[in-house]
Amino acid sequence: MRLYIKSAIISAIVVLVLSAVLLGVRLTQVGTELLLVGAEPSVLWKVFAATALIFFYNLFRDQIERVLGLIPKPALSVGLREITQRQFVQRLMWCFIIAAALVFPFLGSRSQIDLATLVLIYVMLGLGLNIVVGLAGLLDLGYVGFYAVGAYTYAMLALYFGVGFWTGLVAAGIMAAFFGFILGFPVLRLRGDYLAIVTLGFGEIIRILLNNFTALTGGPRGIGSIPKPTLFNLEFSRRASEGSQTFHEYFGIAFNSTHRVMFLYLLALVLVLITVFVINRLIRMPIGRAWEAMREDEIACRALGMNPTNIKLSAFTIGATFAGFAGSFFAARQGFISPESFTFIESAIILAIVVLGGMGSQIGVILAAIVMTVLPEMAREFNEYRMLLFGLMMVLMMIWRPQGLLPMKRPHLELQQ
Amino acid sequence: MSKNILEVSDLTMRFGGLLAVNGVGLSIKQNQIVSMIGPNGAGKTTVFNCLTGFYQPTSGTVLFAGEEIQGLPGFKIARKGMIRTFQHVRLFKDMTVLENLLVAQHQHLNNSLLAGLFKTRSYRNSEQEALDNAAYWLKKVGLLDDANREAGTLAYGQQRRLEIARCMVTRPTLLMLDEPAAGLNPSETDGLKQLINDLRDNYGISVLLIEHDMKLVMDISDHITVINQGTPLAAGTPEQVRNNPAVIKAYLGEE
Repeated sequence: MRLYIKSAIISAIVVLVLSAVLLGVRLTQVGTELLLVGAEPSVLWKVFAATALIFFYNLFRDQIERVLGLIPKPALSVGLREITQRQFVQRLMWCFIIAAALVFPFLGSRSQIDLATLVLIYVMLGLGLNIVVGLAGLLDLGYVGFYAVGAYTYAMLALYFGVGFWTGLVAAGIMAAFFGFILGFPVLRLRGDYLAIVTLGFGEIIRILLNNFTALTGGPRGIGSIPKPTLFNLEFSRRASEGSQTFHEYFGIAFNSTHRVMFLYLLALVLVLITVFVINRLIRMPIGRAWEAMREDEIACRALGMNPTNIKLSAFTIGATFAGFAGSFFAARQGFISPESFTFIESAIILAIVVLGGMGSQIGVILAAIVMTVLPEMAREFNEYRMLLFGLMMVLMMIWRPQGLLPMKRPHLELQQ
Repeated sequence: MSKNILEVSDLTMRFGGLLAVNGVGLSIKQNQIVSMIGPNGAGKTTVFNCLTGFYQPTSGTVLFAGEEIQGLPGFKIARKGMIRTFQHVRLFKDMTVLENLLVAQHQHLNNSLLAGLFKTRSYRNSEQEALDNAAYWLKKVGLLDDANREAGTLAYGQQRRLEIARCMVTRPTLLMLDEPAAGLNPSETDGLKQLINDLRDNYGISVLLIEHDMKLVMDISDHITVINQGTPLAAGTPEQVRNNPAVIKAYLGEE
């Protein structure tokens, strides 16, 4: 029997120091001064208990792991993967998910629907970035830049030219694609880390530009009163603006502010479904195969007559387009945007969704978007420890499922004999 | 009797102070199998890289089907019908055997996004054509039964054959093989020889070959160029090269 005395002592000290600083003392304001106050005895007891637990766990690590090893591992994930590979089951699963998503707004509460809409925005962003990172293997850390381009395109068109949501949506997609193209052209010769750094810079440049171009973008004050989406020119407000009609008047029902939330949710759902459909086709098309081939071996691709720049550029541009759509929807939903919404942390979260979901897998990305958006909301009561929990979750994921929640099983074309 | 498909003259490649290739000339007629041999480090693969656009040659001209191609990027040269393999197998390992062949046909497919999104008739036809073409070549190299396996799981000899099939589906006129027999056993090498002969006889393919397996080289080559330390040493029919004292010296050393 081996005892890990040294590592046990070190771990215990680390726990003690960390938790004593984080939990043991507190800053309290008394009058104009800040006072350092010790925590209640019960908290201190918990700190000591945690330290002891870590100490003994490390001391008897082998024995504990042996005991844990006796418990049979759940075979769920293996079974799940086998099932999900069957096409019929896959179709059925999609139908079920779509049906559930359609029914949801009529059952959920207003805040739940609102949260679900946010989830859908992240799903769209995750799916878009998934093309660039998961399928084409280009690490893009500035994806939020295209999201910002989309949002500001619609907001500015609405502000200066009074353009409606639907036109703005298309314009935002085109504009983001254009930016993707312009950026991709010089940058896609770079590989791996270098590409990541340049895209990171691009995301920041866009944000800083928006922040400082006060004359056009309003700078840090942002752009407000962006018009909400309409349904065939029917507005979801209490009173119609000039020359249009409201939804509740047209259908002769009482005004209910939840209608707008539901409409936004359903609109986001439609956008997500279109995204899923388009990407689903793309990965089965020659361009999807080319992306994967390019990710695996660029030199072999060149030797076979494929133009690497064009193929990467197409992934970059298409990915940016979806960010543009998501951006314009985001602007319309919020009614107000400022550069604050497009910081690097957004890029990091979207990237985390892709990595967590399993690179290249669509269902995985959708699941991860739900987890990444809903979990921080649910963990709100832990307030300052929220990010800590978030970090813990990421670490655990990387230990247990480094390949992501549902790693990609690309649909293979089969040769029928 | 027939025109030169590839005409290389005075090809030079310099890496800083190192003269890797110095004044190499080559010519390949249609339906000819030409081999390039030389000791390790002689610069054979560098010549290959220069011809196929992976390196920009320092000087010299490369005429492919009468057209100057030196300095063009690799994928453009490949599209003109000069397709190469690599010394080490470079398959798309996580893709299936079939998909490897479909990717290679990228240039010949209907790549329109809209056609693909809505599965138009022309899109489906072009996909079907690609599948048929792939199946044809898989049958040719005896891999039809493994079509749906991942390429990385194939045996080494099979991977080599798949690589040649992947070149062939792109409809090349000149096939450039960099040590295709490396790591193959004698019977596999024999199969390779038959395959290359078949390609030349029945598909009008010219072949430029780098190979260390002398038996294979002597058996199938119409013409051999010997390179030593980046410089052309000798050229001629297998018979002439075999008896050339300079070649013997380069391979076996002085005395």
